[in-house]
Amino acid sequence: MDYRTNRKRAAGLGSAKDGVEHYWQMKVTSYALVFLTPLFIFTFGRLLGAEHAQVVAAFGNPFNAVVAILMIGVSFYHLKLGLQVVIEDYVHGSARMPSLLANTFFCYALGAAGIFAVAKIAFGV
Amino acid sequence: MVEFTLPKNSRVKVGKSWPKPEGATNTRAFKVYRFDPDSGENPRVDTYHVDLDTCGPMVLDALIKIKSEIDPTLTFRRSCREGICGSCAMNIGGINTLACIHGIDEAPKGDIAIYPLPHMPVVKDLIPDLTHFYAQHASIMPWLETKSNTPAKEWRQSIEDREKLDGLYECVMCACCSTSCPSYWWNGDRYLGPAALLHAYRWIIDSRDEATGERLDELEDPFKLYRCHTIMNCAQTCPKGLNPAKAISEIKSLMVERRV
Repeated sequence: MDYRTNRKRAAGLGSAKDGVEHYWQMKVTSYALVFLTPLFIFTFGRLLGAEHAQVVAAFGNPFNAVVAILMIGVSFYHLKLGLQVVIEDYVHGSARMPSLLANTFFCYALGAAGIFAVAKIAFGV
Repeated sequence: MVEFTLPKNSRVKVGKSWPKPEGATNTRAFKVYRFDPDSGENPRVDTYHVDLDTCGPMVLDALIKIKSEIDPTLTFRRSCREGICGSCAMNIGGINTLACIHGIDEAPKGDIAIYPLPHMPVVKDLIPDLTHFYAQHASIMPWLETKSNTPAKEWRQSIEDREKLDGLYECVMCACCSTSCPSYWWNGDRYLGPAALLHAYRWIIDSRDEATGERLDELEDPFKLYRCHTIMNCAQTCPKGLNPAKAISEIKSLMVERRV
């Protein structure tokens, strides 16, 4: 028998005093991607089908490399925030915490790999 | 995980089809969800034929007629019959609304399907258990909180500030919005839902209330507030024409405003 009151159940563990940071970061990364996505497409879209040397030279340009690094970094951070919401919405019980951890590791790992790849080309090492 | 199928004992079966009233020429079929927890049986959908020539225009009129003339065991809540008490909220023709202000002719053509509000425990037939919903409403402190000394006459408010409460104070807590919200379906134990959040905003925006900061503190939570993804089911279904999604969005804006 559960003798907890209805108010006790509704209050749960109380407010986490958190959430607005996630909401704000979602907005900031969205606005950033509004500018970064066209820049990225404009910079690298025309390289589709180009020779290897031409692509390497394009990533060697500091402006292009910074655009690519920002695009990759912001996209994967935005992806991490978005997938976190999906997991919190739909994954319940003991699967929630491992899913959230996996999401964070997955997104940051892919973002880091992408940024490293661009940096490697840009610095020619 | 989210459940996409009903538990075995909740699967709805075909129920009894009651005969058409004799001599009636203008009838319409009502397919009504029935569930009796005492019987131990699964829910079923019974079919009733109502003579529209001898029935009032609203869906609640038809339900009352069914209960009075065909099947007295049909159970539903109703009181004011004019959209003020919020008792007769149910899912009619696929939309959550108040049976008393929803015309029979407003329902989609063909048979009219009537179910209890979605994704809530069912007490009996069309009566959902709203205990948690009401407790969540109470948890947002739906009353005036003040710290200043009580004035001799009254807490005064300008006409402009009073107008900010329009579109908020009219909520009758029927639960149509919250039970139409998928976020409330999946996380209703923690997410406050559109109705409670609309009421929370009603007190946050009230110029006389002195607990604005505390109210925002209590709401700042990934689950209590931020489960709303603004899909607007609440605004679409509200039988009073209110917009809880806008109220929630205003709360989110205030959360940002006080930190940037």
